[in-house]
Order: sequence, then structure tokens, then C-alpha cells
Amino acid sequence: MKARAFSYFRAATIDQALDAHARAGDDARFIAGGQSLVPALSLRLQAPRLLIDITHIDDLRGVRREGGHLRIGALTRHCEMLSELLIAEFAPLLHAVAPFVAHPAIRNRGTFGGSIALADPASEFPAMTLALDAEIEIAGPSGRRRVRADDFFIDLFETALQPGELIIAVYVPLFKADQRFAFDELARRRGDYALVGCGMLATFAGDRVDDIRISFFSVGNTPTRVKGAEAILIGSRLDAGRIATAQGALEGDLAPPDSDEVPPAMRLHLARVLLGRLLGRLGEGA
Amino acid sequence: MRGLDEPLLDETDETVRVRFVVNGRKVACEVAPRDTLVDCLRDKLELTGTHAGCEMGACGACLVQLDGRAVHSCLIFAVQADGARIETIEGLTESGMLAELQAEFHRRNALQCGFCTSGMLINAHELLSQTTQPSRDEIRDALSGNYCRCTGYEAIVDAIEAVAKARSDGGGAT
Amino acid sequence: MSAPLTSLDRPNSYIGRSVPRPNAKRLLAGRGRYVSDLKLPRMLYAAFLRSPHAHAKIVSINIDEARAIEGVHLVATGADLAKICTPWVGTLDHFKGMTSAPQMPLPLDRVVWAGQAVVAVVAESRAIAEDALELIEIDYEDLPVVADLDSARQVGGALVNPGSANNICFRSQLDNGTVDDAFAHAAHVVEEEFSFGRHTAVTLEPRALVADYDPAAGMLTVHHGTQTPYQFQDLYSRHYGIPEARVRVIATDIGGSFGMKLHVYHEDMAVVGLSILLGRPVKYVADRIESFVSDIHARDHRVRARMALDAKGGILAVDVVDLTAIGAFSTFPRTSVVEGNQVIRLIGAPYRFKNYRATLEVIFQNKVQTSQYRAVGHPIACAVTERLVDIAASKIGLDPFAIRAQNVIPDDAYPEISPTGYRFEALSHQTCLKRLHEMMDYDALRAEQADLRKRGVYRGIGIATFVEITNPSPAFYGVGGARISSQDGAIVSLTPSGEVRCLISVTEQGQGTEAIISQIVADQLGLALEHVKVVTGDTEVTPHGGATWACRGAGIGGETALQATRALKRNILEVAALILQAQPSALDIIDGEVVDAVTRKPRLPISEIARIAYFRSDTLPSGTQAQLTVSHHFAPQGYPFAFTNGIQGCALEVDVETGLIKLLKHFIVEDCGRVINPMLVDEQLRGGIVQGLGAALFEECRYSETGQLMNGSLADYLVPMPMEMPDIVIGHVETPTADTELGAKGVGEAGTAAASACVLNAVNDALAPFDATINSVPITPAKVLKALKRF
Repeated sequence: MKARAFSYFRAATIDQALDAHARAGDDARFIAGGQSLVPALSLRLQAPRLLIDITHIDDLRGVRREGGHLRIGALTRHCEMLSELLIAEFAPLLHAVAPFVAHPAIRNRGTFGGSIALADPASEFPAMTLALDAEIEIAGPSGRRRVRADDFFIDLFETALQPGELIIAVYVPLFKADQRFAFDELARRRGDYALVGCGMLATFAGDRVDDIRISFFSVGNTPTRVKGAEAILIGSRLDAGRIATAQGALEGDLAPPDSDEVPPAMRLHLARVLLGRLLGRLGEGA
Repeated sequence: MRGLDEPLLDETDETVRVRFVVNGRKVACEVAPRDTLVDCLRDKLELTGTHAGCEMGACGACLVQLDGRAVHSCLIFAVQADGARIETIEGLTESGMLAELQAEFHRRNALQCGFCTSGMLINAHELLSQTTQPSRDEIRDALSGNYCRCTGYEAIVDAIEAVAKARSDGGGAT
Repeated sequence: MSAPLTSLDRPNSYIGRSVPRPNAKRLLAGRGRYVSDLKLPRMLYAAFLRSPHAHAKIVSINIDEARAIEGVHLVATGADLAKICTPWVGTLDHFKGMTSAPQMPLPLDRVVWAGQAVVAVVAESRAIAEDALELIEIDYEDLPVVADLDSARQVGGALVNPGSANNICFRSQLDNGTVDDAFAHAAHVVEEEFSFGRHTAVTLEPRALVADYDPAAGMLTVHHGTQTPYQFQDLYSRHYGIPEARVRVIATDIGGSFGMKLHVYHEDMAVVGLSILLGRPVKYVADRIESFVSDIHARDHRVRARMALDAKGGILAVDVVDLTAIGAFSTFPRTSVVEGNQVIRLIGAPYRFKNYRATLEVIFQNKVQTSQYRAVGHPIACAVTERLVDIAASKIGLDPFAIRAQNVIPDDAYPEISPTGYRFEALSHQTCLKRLHEMMDYDALRAEQADLRKRGVYRGIGIATFVEITNPSPAFYGVGGARISSQDGAIVSLTPSGEVRCLISVTEQGQGTEAIISQIVADQLGLALEHVKVVTGDTEVTPHGGATWACRGAGIGGETALQATRALKRNILEVAALILQAQPSALDIIDGEVVDAVTRKPRLPISEIARIAYFRSDTLPSGTQAQLTVSHHFAPQGYPFAFTNGIQGCALEVDVETGLIKLLKHFIVEDCGRVINPMLVDEQLRGGIVQGLGAALFEECRYSETGQLMNGSLADYLVPMPMEMPDIVIGHVETPTADTELGAKGVGEAGTAAASACVLNAVNDALAPFDATINSVPITPAKVLKALKRF
């Protein structure tokens, strides 16, 4: 289980990283925390000829307020989601989710941007960018752009990122006083990829849901917003009947893939259970 | 470390020189870019107290401290750690950082084959540096990525709990 | 001459005392010396190209490109190794009619499981060896795959060994009493089909060896992470034609074994051959992905069983059919049949009844071989028995404790012969049951369960009694023709400084073998523990013996050490008597001093006896030859096995909406005879229980229809991790065996034996209000939700 040989380049700036990638073409991969990439290389599932280390690029670091958003640098480590006060205050959903991401030593090294870029449909953070209506800032050979999370996740491990592009930061709208969030996942063991997981952010007008975004993971090829269920909840109180109707809508929102371990019908059932529990918590003030 | 102007793709298995501060001592060694840190520590620096159990970050046997944080040395290439400060079980033992935990693990037989032990100690050490009085559940959670096939974990949890308690009581370990 | 074994208040009384393991400090400091750490001068690294097919003909192999890579020293195929290694066959004579095809280090013309090693590369690094593997081209022609039990048994279906009549490896039957009659007249009959998933050992250190053949000396040294160095010395000698005295196997620290590392593996045999071909040390460490497809697997049984009971719940008869699918071969040298054999012989073991019938069918399939892994057969026998008992109890309206109390063999009834033919010397089911009931605070647990159930919280309480096989005599393997020793040897010396060194054939895998042997030696000689040094695991240093497996280390190894030490003590006292002009019987040794046996007054330090004997023998009476080294062997006699017993209990909670199970607490009362080191016994129990809990809830090697392992990595194969495991409460009962002075039996497998049965009973208890049942492990969320008809 040893990687195929490759060259290594440590970039000091975003431009250096992009330039190196442009020169190497399809044979290059960016590496940040590497917590998913390194095993893929060790297993020889991937074999780039050049690895471009972006972890020493200062511009990819840091968490700060920018207008109505929290700008979370791509290199922000999962453990910083727990320790960074700005995140606890302005993106509390991410703060609450972080302990569910893998294990402490992985969180010490894995990066937020890396997780979004990989877009593993079973991981927590990509799905949360959907719930948060986050925007992803991308740098590439043709300049910089911002892509809404809704438009970012395309298919299995496929995103809006083009070859040679890099995530710079993620912009999360600041958490507001009239908002509530909830998150949970069903996993057989702590830190495992979940059987089903879900995060949600809702804006309340009194006890009515003014707006809500609900995002599931481990339910298909991409993290998935359940817009049918959201529509049922918007404008309503979270009473038992409404919640049941929203649960019922999941059948139209989700199409879990077949797997030898978790049949689609079971995953759908688990998604309903989880949605019911989270909406219950949200109704109680989460 | 080579610069941008040097050829990037032509010498994929050429070794490069990396420098670390390992266990408080400056070291330099020649590694291929594909050498993981765990292989570098074990083979090049002969620090065999760090173990490789799964090579994919799922067992915790290879944990070392990198710039003060516990990380899987199987999930980092040695070149990525160039310039870093690394502490392994050997260094943490010599500096006495783990002494209370080691004594308590020994007293309670919180190890059998010993293969998971370095990783357990390094994670336990990090936990206790962040949380002075962890509950048993918090201890188990902190170790949730550390696999032990021998002990059933309880003695490990007991040992860590005992060290935390002894520290907060102001004394050494029991 | 010797004080009672367990009197803890006398000096040097170490038997029965919780003493930390002296060798653990090294491991805690990162100073272990595992085979995977070893680096020898001129050492090369092996890697193997593995078959992607579960069953295929090898049409051609092209190794030219691989051989041309810089840093590659050898690319070897099956044909290359067949020239120097003789084949082996995994059968034992006492399993009548058993068959298995001859095995070679690497296959010649056919692969029989996905993951089987086909070509070996030896290179200057493992990475280069893996580069070379990518350049080897093998042309395969697919053959029909036998991927499970049902297809293996299909008449006219695919065959694992083309040309054979069917896929049966072995069939066996037991029939005692009048089973049909008992069922015909029973007031109650319960019947169920059970299935047990395939799982594997997942030692944290994978299999590792360094073979070092020196052609100049004609000497093979193998540093081997194994439990059984002598067995491998014998096998390497025989299969490579090297005289036994020129084969040395060294088993240093080993990162877990659990039975998995005492089997012959094709790669391991190949690595020895590669070193012979190159005349250089060759290292092979299986990586985790390789471990999953090449380490032995275990279990994989389907059992149909029924139990007949009288109106009051007394067990009358049991009738069982056990079907088990092994690999394409039977494992060498212990076979893949022992597990099934132990299943059918252990079913019903705790209970008194007369009528028993069992059929065992062991079946080949195109998967990696199965064989002995911790608690061989026990968890299956226990789960089948204990489920039937619980099902009967619920049918008859008895509490699980009550039906067991009524049926277990009474503590005063021994010796007793089980309906399956096992001879029990003395067990303690009644005492253990009573103790467990108190320890669990059973009535309070039941009250809490009833209360929570009203609030929609579904707790389950389960118990499971068990019998464990330990200390096997030659009846286990020796009678079958295997060169696997059931005796052990020890060499005990008084050193010139008055310390004691014990070289012993039992080996250490972290369970504390060296610690308990040193406790026994120190105790029996009368010496402080720190003055005893125990050496294990080197065939050139330690005498031949069975080593460590089947829970024999304490019972057989310990008795060997005890008898050897007593002999040394006699010899020391004889010399002391000459020096002190006393009778040996009037002297004793306490804390390293020869004392007056009656007054306990110190007369002479044993270091002084050593000094005189080694350096001033001229001062001893003429004709005296001091014998301060004793070599001694001990083979178990009397009962063919030292059976142990116990009972486990657990409390858990089932989330009936998600199917997830939370283990709340686990309990065990165990009787392993004389306890030498209570702390180490407890740790054996805890570790064993957690392996059983892994089997109960998580562990399963899942295969596709084409025979591909679907979850062969540590990310996908779920081992028990800290967060999900409960705390475990332990109680002891001690019924020493009278077959030895020491009285110790084994304990390593007791935890694993009953943990999964216990959980299975508890889950069914939790699901009782829903009329849902599960009789299959692992108990996955999918099975729970299916049983509850939630999807």
C-alpha cells in the first residue's frame, strides 16, 4: 500500500499553485489536509505525477467577517471549527457539526476547503454549505468566481470546480437572532460515515417557519437539499402534522442508491426518522 | 525543497532533502516524495515506536504530534512535514510528558500487545491538555479513532480518567 | 514443602496477586520490538500480486517488464517456488473422510479466491515492489465461482475443485440417546435457524515475517510474528528440506494474534522460499488490504436447531444441523473443520440432558480459508443453545434465570459426561448464575425496563451461560497426526548472582504469559518477582512446546513452570543442606534466603549457594555436582481438556426507529480455576468480550455474488471502537482443576464465547413487545428494522 511515485511542489501563493497546476495539467493534484487524498494515493486509486501542496499559502487561511458573511478560509482545519470563536458565534451550525466529522486527529489536519472540494456525498461539511446557503470562492486560470453551494455539487465527486481550480474560501451568511439550526446523523460508530445525516437552518417569524433549508448527506451521489419538504414547512408552525407531511415529502426529494448494506427503502425510512427528530428539536428551539 | 522553476514532473522518484525538528532535535533526511511520514520516521529515523496499522487513518496506531497536534503520520507525506516540529512516543517518553499516563496504563494493564499504545497515549495526552476533567464518554469520544483489539478499552479509559483526577486533585497519578 | 497456593499473606506469594506486567513498560515507551520494526543488513522487501478473480484458470503470466525495473531482485511464480517447497494438505486423520487439495506457496495453474497471492516480487523497497506488481500481466480464464453456502451445496453446481464429486470437505454426525422419541413426547419444542457472519481477527499489527536464509551455514532464521514458533520451525524444516536444528524461528513482540497467526499462510511460506532463492533476508508485512483477503476468516455458519422440553421447562433433547462454508482449502496444519466440530460438541454443554443429535457439514467455497480464531466454535454453540433456551423460557413463561437454574448441571454433580461426549471435571454453573443475578441487580434492571417501555424506550436484558475448552491434551491435534505439541518445556536456572531465569515454550502476545510465569516461578521458589527473568519465543533458546493457543498458556505452561521451579528448589536445598549440614526437608526458601523450615530463621542467601556452586565447588563435599539448572517438560494427563464455565449478562437499548443499538453495560461471572493474576484475567475477559461484541453488532466480511470481498478495509469492516463499547463488570468463581498442582485453566476465550449470544438474547428481549425476532449476527440496523417491518 505505497503510493506511485510523484513530484512534490510546495506553493507559497495562490498564483504559484495555479501556475504549477497549469504546467502539469491533468497530472497534478492539489493537496491540503490530505486526509482523503493520501489514502487514495497509497491505494493507488489515484496517481498524479505532481502533488501541489497548498497548505503554506497564507491567503487561504483565516476566518473573518466580511459584510453579511463569515469568510472561512479554505485551509481552516476541522478542529478550528470547534475552537474559532467567530464560527461559534456566526456559523454555529458548523461549530455543532465539527465533532461529528471523523475523529480528533483527522480534524486536526483535515481542512474545510478540502472537504468541500472533495464533495464526498457522505461527509458533513459539503451538505452544510447547502443548508447555510454558502458561497464558494474559487480561483483558477481564468480568474476568481463565487459559486453558490446550490450550484456547486453536480454529481458523485463532481463539482463546479474545473481542472486547475482551487477553493479559496467559503462565505457563510451570518447567523441571525431569528434563526435556529439543527443537525444530527445516524452512524453505526462514532466518526463513521453516516447511514443518513441531516442539517438544517431555519428563520422563524414567531413560531412560524419563515424560511428553511434542509440538507441531507449519505443519501445519494451528492449532498442533497430536500426542497419538497422545505416548501411544506415554510410559512407553517412545526406541529406534528406538518412534520409528518414533510417526512412524507422525502420520498419525492430523495432517491437513495442501492447498496448491499443499506437498501434504498431503509435509507429513506432513516431519513424520515431523522427529519422528524430534527424538526422536533427545531420546534423546541433547537 | 525545490523551487517553482525546477522541473516538476521529470524526477518523480528522486529523493529530496527534508528537515524537521524531531523530538527536540534537528534532523535532515532524504525522502522520496511518496514516502509517508510514518515510513520516514520508522525506516529513516528508526523511530519504530510509531506504528502503521492501516495506512488510511482508520486505526490511530501511527499518531504523532505535528506542531503540537496529534495527527496520523500515515496521512502525511514526509515532504509535507518539511520544517515541522514532530514529537513521537520516544521523545514524549524521554521528556516525561507522558509519564503519568504511562504509569497509570502500566498499573492498570491498559495495554496488551502494545501496538496501539503509542497512539492511545498521544491522543490521551492531547485530550488532557484540552480538557482537564473529561467524562468517561468524552474520553471514549476522544479515542474514537483509536483501535485496540486486545483490551476492550475500559482499562485505557480508567487510566486516563485516573490521571485527570489525580492532576485535578493536585497530586501525581495514583 | 509448599505453602497453599493462594495464601497471599506469606512472602513471595504471587499466585493470585494482581501484578503489573514487567514487559509492558517497554511497550509503553515505544520500545517494543515487533517483526514489522525489524531491519536487517541487505534485507529486501516482498510484495504479492493477487488474483482479482474468485476462481479462474491462470493462462499465462508475463513478468518481463516487472523484472526489468531498477531495484527489483526477483520475480517468482508458483512454478519457481514449487521447485524447492513441498506441498501441504490441511487434513487431520481423526476427522474421518475429510478431504482438502494440496497447497503450494503460490498457485501453479488456478486461483481459488479473490485476493490469493499469485506472483511474488522482491525489491529494495516495498514501494518499488508494488511498482513492479503493476507491470505483471496475468491472463486469466474465468471459472464458475462458488460464492456461498447455498450455491456450494447445489447438486450439479459449480465445483471449487473441478473433478471432485461435490464441494464437501467433511461430514460428521453425533447421535446419543433417543432423540426422535424425546421430541415425539415433548411438551414443548422450539426450533430456529441461525446464521453467523464471517469475520476476521484484524490484529492491529498485520502478519509479518523476515526470513533470513544463510546459504553458507545452511541455516534459516525466521523472525515471525506468530504464537507458535516451534510449529513453524518444524514446518519450514520439513517443507524446505532443511534439518530442524538449522531452522530457527524467533517470535518477538507481536501486535496481536488471537489464533490468526498460528496458521500456515501461502505468502509466509513463499517468503521463506524467496529468501532461500536469494540468499538474503526478505521481509514481508501484509498491509491492511492484504490482511482482509488473506488472513484466515472465521465463523460463517448456518445452524438449524431444535430443543425438546418437558412441561416444566426441563430440557429433554437437542437436534442440530450445522452447515459451515470454509475456503477453497482446509487450513494447515489445524484444518478448517475444528470450528464446526466444536460447535456441534459444545451445543447444550452447560445443561443436563441425555438426547443429542448433530450433523456437521463443512463445505468448500471460493473464499479465503477459515480457521481457528479466538473462541473457535464457542460463540456459535453458545448463541444457538442460549437462544433456544430463551425462546423456550418465553414460550413456557419462565424467567431466563429460572430456566437456566433448572437445567444447568448442578455444581455437586461432577464429574459428568455431556451428551456430546465431553468429560467435565468440575464446573460451577449454579454458583455463577446466582452471582450474576446479584451483580446485575437483575430485578431492578427488569423494573427499570418495564418502566422505560411505557415511555417508548426499549431496553433489553440478556444472559448467556457458556462452557469453554481449555488446556487441550494430545486428543486435540496430536491424535490426528499433526506435529502440534500439547506439552510444554521449561529450563529454570539459578544464575551465579542468585536470580532465576526461566526459558519456557509458551509465548507472549500481550496477555501476560511472561508475567504469570514469573509470578509462578517467584512464588514457588521463594524469591522476589524482580529477580525472575522469563524468556520466550526463540526455538534456539527455549525448549520445544505447544506455545500459546487454545488457552493453554497458564494451565499447561504455568504447570510446567511450577514443576520445573519445584525441582530447582529441591536442587538448591540439597546444596544448601550440604553447606549448612542440615536435612533438605528442614530447609525452605523465603525471599531469596534459605531459612529454617520451622523457625523461618534465615540461614543463607541463595546467591551464596549460587556463588559456592558456580565458583567454589571445591568447597562442597567430594562427589557433589550441584544441578542449578533444571529442564522439565509437562504434558497434560487426566481429562483431555480442562473445561471452564461462566455466564455473561448485558443491558442494551434498541432505537426501534433507527435500528441502532446502544450497549449499556456488560457483566460476566467466570470460573477459570486458579487465578494467577486477577488483573490479567480481567483484561482477558474484557478484551474477549469486546471481540464478541464486535461480532454481535459490527463485524462481517461481506462478499458479492462473484466472490469479491466488499468491505476489505478498516474503514469499511467495522471493528468495535471505544465509543460504542460498554464498561464490563466482572465476578470470579474459582474451581481449580485437580489435574495439576497449579489448578489453573484457561481464560482467553471465555469473553468471546458468550458475548454475542448475550447481546442476541438482549436484543430479542428488547424487541419482544413487537413480536419481532432476530437470530443472526451481526445484528445490523437493517436486520433490526427488517424484523420490526419498518421498511
